[in-house]
Amino acid sequence: MHYLAITTPTLQRSLTVLAGIALTIFLIRLADHIQPRHHTFRWQNISSRIQLRVVWLSLGATIAIIVLSGIGLIVGDYPIPATKAIATALWERNGEYDFIINSLRFPRIVVAILAGMCFASSGLIFQSLINNPLVSPDIIGINSGAAVLAVAILAIGGNTEHLPWAAFLGALLTAGLIYLLSWRKGISPTRLVLVGIGINSVLGAIITYITIKYPIERVVAAARWQAGTLFGARWDDARTLAIGLLILLPAAFFLTNRLKILQLGDETAITVGSKIERDRLALLSVASLLAALAVSVVGPLGFVALIVPQAARLLVGSITGGVLIFTALLGGFFLLGADLIAQRLFAPVMLPAGVITATFGGPYFLYLLARYNRAN
Amino acid sequence: MQTNPNNTTTFSGQDLHLSYGGPMIVEGLTVTIPTQEITAIIGPNGCGKSTLLKALARILIPAQGKVEVNDINIHSQPTKEIARQLGLLPQNPRSPDAITVSDLIRRGRYPHQSIFRQWSSDDETSVDMALSLTGLTNFSERPIDELSGGQRQRVWIAMLLAQETPIMLLDEPTTHLDIAHQIEVLDLLKELAKRNNRTIVMVLHDLNLAVRYADNLVAMRDGKIKTAGKPNNVVTAQMIHEVFSIEAQILQDPVTGSPLCIPMMKST
Repeated sequence: MHYLAITTPTLQRSLTVLAGIALTIFLIRLADHIQPRHHTFRWQNISSRIQLRVVWLSLGATIAIIVLSGIGLIVGDYPIPATKAIATALWERNGEYDFIINSLRFPRIVVAILAGMCFASSGLIFQSLINNPLVSPDIIGINSGAAVLAVAILAIGGNTEHLPWAAFLGALLTAGLIYLLSWRKGISPTRLVLVGIGINSVLGAIITYITIKYPIERVVAAARWQAGTLFGARWDDARTLAIGLLILLPAAFFLTNRLKILQLGDETAITVGSKIERDRLALLSVASLLAALAVSVVGPLGFVALIVPQAARLLVGSITGGVLIFTALLGGFFLLGADLIAQRLFAPVMLPAGVITATFGGPYFLYLLARYNRAN
Repeated sequence: MQTNPNNTTTFSGQDLHLSYGGPMIVEGLTVTIPTQEITAIIGPNGCGKSTLLKALARILIPAQGKVEVNDINIHSQPTKEIARQLGLLPQNPRSPDAITVSDLIRRGRYPHQSIFRQWSSDDETSVDMALSLTGLTNFSERPIDELSGGQRQRVWIAMLLAQETPIMLLDEPTTHLDIAHQIEVLDLLKELAKRNNRTIVMVLHDLNLAVRYADNLVAMRDGKIKTAGKPNNVVTAQMIHEVFSIEAQILQDPVTGSPLCIPMMKST
């Protein structure tokens, strides 16, 4: 039992890919089987309407994440018996596998989950606020903003310790710039997207310029960072993401009620008592911070913020606080799965996770585009 | 519905100067809306009737003058407070993708909710009542995209009802509807005004429907009120000419006895 080690690359590859597929099917089946019911919670002045289906599906997503994490601990270039791997991660300290499990694999798993949660919840807020499923922080230039400063630091050979801060700052400055340039007696969501797409292409040009101008060996590091990779993820990164999420996710959760009102259009929103510009700014800030946080740690991983909210919406419907939490969990599951597959698919060659998310994301985006155009 | 058995909420606009940043569309307009009655604003295209309604609904901030509910300026009160007094159905309301009927109507309860009080028994009662008054109870879990234009308009009216405001404003609630649905929507509003003591203000394009359903007419032209009062008193051939620049004969509506405007053709 102790030696249930999954050693051959083929076996590891099959296990990760099959687990990813099986768990995805598990979530879809779960969604099909649970009827949409709600539970009304009332106690004194506190009341809430809880979508039971979303609660069950969130539980399902949590289980999927746990199973996938277990597999992530077991597979890798260095064979470790399954029971030993899990024991070392959870309770057995200072064992012979301590370094591989607790310094390499486990933090990377946690970072993948948390970064996926950030991207997905950010994407859901952007898509719901702008009322367009084709919008996400990577498309309106927030990721590129992070990339410009990060690539600049790598290209001039600056201190890489400052890289996360530069990326974070770049993302936020870009978000602020988009907001200011879209302002004309208020923010129109359509204008925001158009300005964002414009800024995205300008930033893309700047990045290209930097990569052409600077020596090739530094530029390679920049290219690697830009693809979005979880290689070398540390507990420090996990802690940064966890602290950020602990603040931002509850904030986003409580803002979803205001988001639901903004979705009705400015005129209706004003007359049911929404302070539209204040609420919109709050939501854009939280969504931008979530994206900036994730990008600063794992790089501009594309498509997670675009696809996951879409998939979540197909499963559970339009945004509520519960849907936000479910979407975040689904994002964690997706990025963790993508990263494991990226590591194992061509092992020992490791792909950046961004390659996998883009491989799945590109075709899916085209599919959405086609479907969305037909619906309109 | 349970609220306002005695709706005494007063509503008026005083010395309103309105523009969208360019030229003044409405200049120095004063209007008092009678309580618990239906008031229809009529007038030719571009006369400023929708602009006036937007100002009354506080979407448009007056360049000068003020709108008062219970003698207090609506822009000096907390926004949720006003949202419990005054609701609007805009001309082209926007529904989020794939939203269900009950989900949309529930959002009308926003001004009655807070961060912890998100779904009180009052909210539930109001939404159920709004569904049944508009005949939508059996449609409550259907996506709005699947409904007909008339049904969709009823959903928006239901959302406005769930907001439980003594004053309801509607910007052309019958546009894009066929004659049967127009009558259906207006009958519903008439009943609400009568049975639930709501004060209703609407912009209507169809003069004869306005005359039939409104207790008061406000006829506008060039940003000014030409005349206002009971349809029986104000609808004359001369008034029609002054407001719409057309010749018309005024007959008696065989159904209601109210005035019926028959426009003349140029060639006759």
